[in-house]
Amino acid sequence: MTQNFDIPEIRTPENLVYKKTSVLTDNVLHYCPGCGHGTTHRLIAEVIEEMGIQSEVIGVAPVGCSVLAYNYFDIDMQEAAHGRAPALATAIKRVYPEKFVFTYQGDGDLAAIGTNETLHACNRGENITIIFINNAIYGMTGGQMAPTTLPGMLTSTSPYGRDVQMMGNPLKITELLALLPGTYYVTRQAVHTAALVRRAKKAIRMAFENQKLNRGVSFVEVVSNCNSGWKLTPLQANKWLEENMLPFYPLGDLKVNGELVKKSE
Amino acid sequence: MAKVQGDVVIDIEHCKGCELCNAACPLDVLAMSAEVNSKGYHYAIKVNGSCNGCSNCAIVCPDGVITVYRAKV
Ligand SMILES: Cc1ncc(C[n+]2csc(CCOP(=O)(O)OP(=O)(O)O)c2C)c(N)n1
Ligand code: SF4
Ligand code: SF4
Repeated sequence: MTQNFDIPEIRTPENLVYKKTSVLTDNVLHYCPGCGHGTTHRLIAEVIEEMGIQSEVIGVAPVGCSVLAYNYFDIDMQEAAHGRAPALATAIKRVYPEKFVFTYQGDGDLAAIGTNETLHACNRGENITIIFINNAIYGMTGGQMAPTTLPGMLTSTSPYGRDVQMMGNPLKITELLALLPGTYYVTRQAVHTAALVRRAKKAIRMAFENQKLNRGVSFVEVVSNCNSGWKLTPLQANKWLEENMLPFYPLGDLKVNGELVKKSE
Repeated sequence: MAKVQGDVVIDIEHCKGCELCNAACPLDVLAMSAEVNSKGYHYAIKVNGSCNGCSNCAIVCPDGVITVYRAKV
């Protein structure tokens, strides 16, 4: 028999410090246990709630594991063809310039099939927010190699590890986008620890607030896990992410207020 | 300094047993159940009463399963 450690007398509205936001629907997320997609959805929803823009925001869902994102956000959303979310967001923002428009995309969607749309929207300087989930793999379709797959990383289509001689180099698309004149804010975050979740939320908030300034794209990469694709438990995957993803994809701001951040090394 | 007491409410039917909350708790309040929920997941449970309401568990939970209360006592 498990002991009960409930303290019902402190469960009053004034003592409430954390509760799932109502900007997320009650639908059960279809993501695998421990997946960073869920955490990132929640942060976006919390930012929307805190900014009070639930009826003024339009999201664009990608193709990939997060193809059903529109089932989870209680906001207006549109599904894009694979990789085309930035083009669709461009159109939506131009028709409704007063709305907050964001895309939510995986690395296969944003950095493989949709590279063209991503680069051009970022170069044109569309006044949109892009949230980019980089799990270094095509999660939805069975863990194939993506442009973002690390050198030597095992995937279902690089079973002996990514050989850069044969398969080419990983694409650090976030670094590339920071160099374009149309990006105003470019940052790389992660959500696998509580401290990083708090920091990522501030970045997502900034990326939405920036749309009020009309200065170009705000781009937030979230270095994330894919427990099923990586064939690890959630805790093992987060450890693997720390040890392998973060040295290659270091966290932090790349561009703030339209200025590249100088790295002191 | 006033002491704080926290308490978490875990929606066990929506827990997927990923153990991230457990790893994020600085006070080792959480562990995984021996039983499973209707989806077959071992769910997060409290194993002591030392929660201080820091919310670390709730904010790392991908499924938004945890509600947190914090009171000065
Ligand atoms: C035009 C087209 N080509 C290919 C596919 C197959 N496909 C579906 S999802 C996907 C990749 C998704 O990977 P990613 O964007 O990294 O997202 P994740 O699933 O990892 O979150 C691919 C290639 C498709 N649906 N449509
Ligand atoms: S609120 Fe903090 S102390 Fe309480 S269970 Fe969660 S992580 Fe542990
Ligand atoms: S983080 Fe959430 S889903 Fe994972 S074990 Fe804890 S309560 Fe369950």
